[in-house]
Amino acid sequence: MDDTDKGVYLDHVAAAPLLPEVLEAMLPFLKGDFGNPSSMHSLGERCDEAIEEARKKTANLIHAADPAEIVFTSCGTEANNFALKGIPLAYQNRGRHVLVSPVEHFSIMHAIRTLEKMGFQVTQLSVDQYGRVDPEEVERSITPQTVLVSVMHGNNEVGTLQPIAEIGKIAREKGALFHTDAVATAGVIPLDVEDLQVDLMSLAANSFYGPKGAAALYVRKGIRVQPLLDGGIQEKGRRAGTENVPAIVGMGLAAEVAVREMETRRRHAEALRDRLKEGILERIPHVYALGHPTEKLPHVLSVAVEFVEGESMLLFLDMEGIQIASGSACISRSLKVSHVMLAMGIDAALAQGSLLFSLGKDNRQEDVDRVLEVLPPIVQRLRDISPLYRKAKQATDR
Amino acid sequence: MKYTQKVMDHFSNPRNVGAIEEPDGVGEVGNPACGDIMTFTIKVRDGRLEDVRFQTFGCGAAIAVSSMISDMAKGKTLEEALQITNNDVAEALDGLPTNKLHCSNLGADALHAAINDYYRQNSKPSREARPADRGPSGKKKKEGSCRCPYCQIEVPADSPICKGCGSQLDRNE
Repeated sequence: MDDTDKGVYLDHVAAAPLLPEVLEAMLPFLKGDFGNPSSMHSLGERCDEAIEEARKKTANLIHAADPAEIVFTSCGTEANNFALKGIPLAYQNRGRHVLVSPVEHFSIMHAIRTLEKMGFQVTQLSVDQYGRVDPEEVERSITPQTVLVSVMHGNNEVGTLQPIAEIGKIAREKGALFHTDAVATAGVIPLDVEDLQVDLMSLAANSFYGPKGAAALYVRKGIRVQPLLDGGIQEKGRRAGTENVPAIVGMGLAAEVAVREMETRRRHAEALRDRLKEGILERIPHVYALGHPTEKLPHVLSVAVEFVEGESMLLFLDMEGIQIASGSACISRSLKVSHVMLAMGIDAALAQGSLLFSLGKDNRQEDVDRVLEVLPPIVQRLRDISPLYRKAKQATDR
Repeated sequence: MKYTQKVMDHFSNPRNVGAIEEPDGVGEVGNPACGDIMTFTIKVRDGRLEDVRFQTFGCGAAIAVSSMISDMAKGKTLEEALQITNNDVAEALDGLPTNKLHCSNLGADALHAAINDYYRQNSKPSREARPADRGPSGKKKKEGSCRCPYCQIEVPADSPICKGCGSQLDRNE
């Protein structure tokens, strides 16, 4: 297939393509090696060996001490649910308080509602205008009742990185377990579960060009976690269900490649991201870059375009073959503007003009330049229809 | 987003964009926190809408709805225009995705607000809008109530769960 058919894809935090070698590695397990890893016979055993290989490679990606600390799940959402429910339920005799940031992915923001219904007490921290948690607030907020703290490593909506190592140190000192949702960072930037002092970590294959359907929860040795899924004793009794062998195999290989390619990919994405950011800020007035200026994911650019709504920009961009995302209310199914942006104190009207670009290893300078060519006229076109722009212009023309 | 061709046409080539210099009526509805604002200005001659212009901040559906309703209303008498319902607009656009039906409410509201503004300015009583825009119980839509974005039934403004489809309804604080 010709690459130019695909247009310009800049939504890698939502989904990323498979590496060709990953697809190749998965195919046998979708064809002749279709066995169930729990089966006694040799076909089953082959598949079991394959997932154990993948487990080692996944552990290696995050510098886990032992592959047995990796529990494979179907997706990042499952890993997050597993941690957020499995830990409080396992440790409820120690306490019933959970502490989370307000900018977590929905799989955590909604899981805590379930926790509250179950009778746990949940406190949400605050974030600054960049969406960053203050470790001192974590220190003040942990009580003897706190069994779990959960703060994501990197935010997929605005790109901000959290001070995980500092928070990990505090949690450890205070005796609370610490989980981080690293779906946006694992396989993208180097990380080490020891350096970060985390007890649990969520990661997902699609973030590093592995398949959908494979993810993992890292659970430090010695930590109990109540299973989410009851059934057979797969994953050492922690996660029942016949393993998605092809996807797990894909995840393992993608993790191995990610270790090798991480620095190259990071530099590549960051250069393009910076070029895109400079270009947008230069060519379009009344646009603001969101997220932390330095502590951020290398491949994400989040901007807010004033006076215009996100979905309308996305539609015009899509007509030009450019595919991105937005945090506007119209885009979300709940018709609410991004909770991340609201927590950052961004004005709801401005948050509606959110555009989210996430670059990948296959993006080129021409892709960035195409956006820079096409976006300014789109914005102007929509501003010419906008009552907010009109009012603002009238105010300045006075 | 699954938009019909008519919606995409009105979105890409909106009709009647602008603001009338000295309008006979102005209607503005929505708020930026929800993601949609529509401002309609009208020119009235002999009880008919001689001109209708709109400005909209909002998604594809919002812009398309504004464009379509301004087209439908132009040239009609004020009473006829008041009878244009959100369903009429959605139908004229060959349908809207369910979670976008609220945009059609907004368009109709904005046009009717402009007409009622004209009536107010000319010391005439405000008119009842669109009998079609009533909930399943047939009662008029109350102030402070809204519609479930998923199944469109009327729900009280502070209800956390939709009684129709069970979806959780979040509110912006």
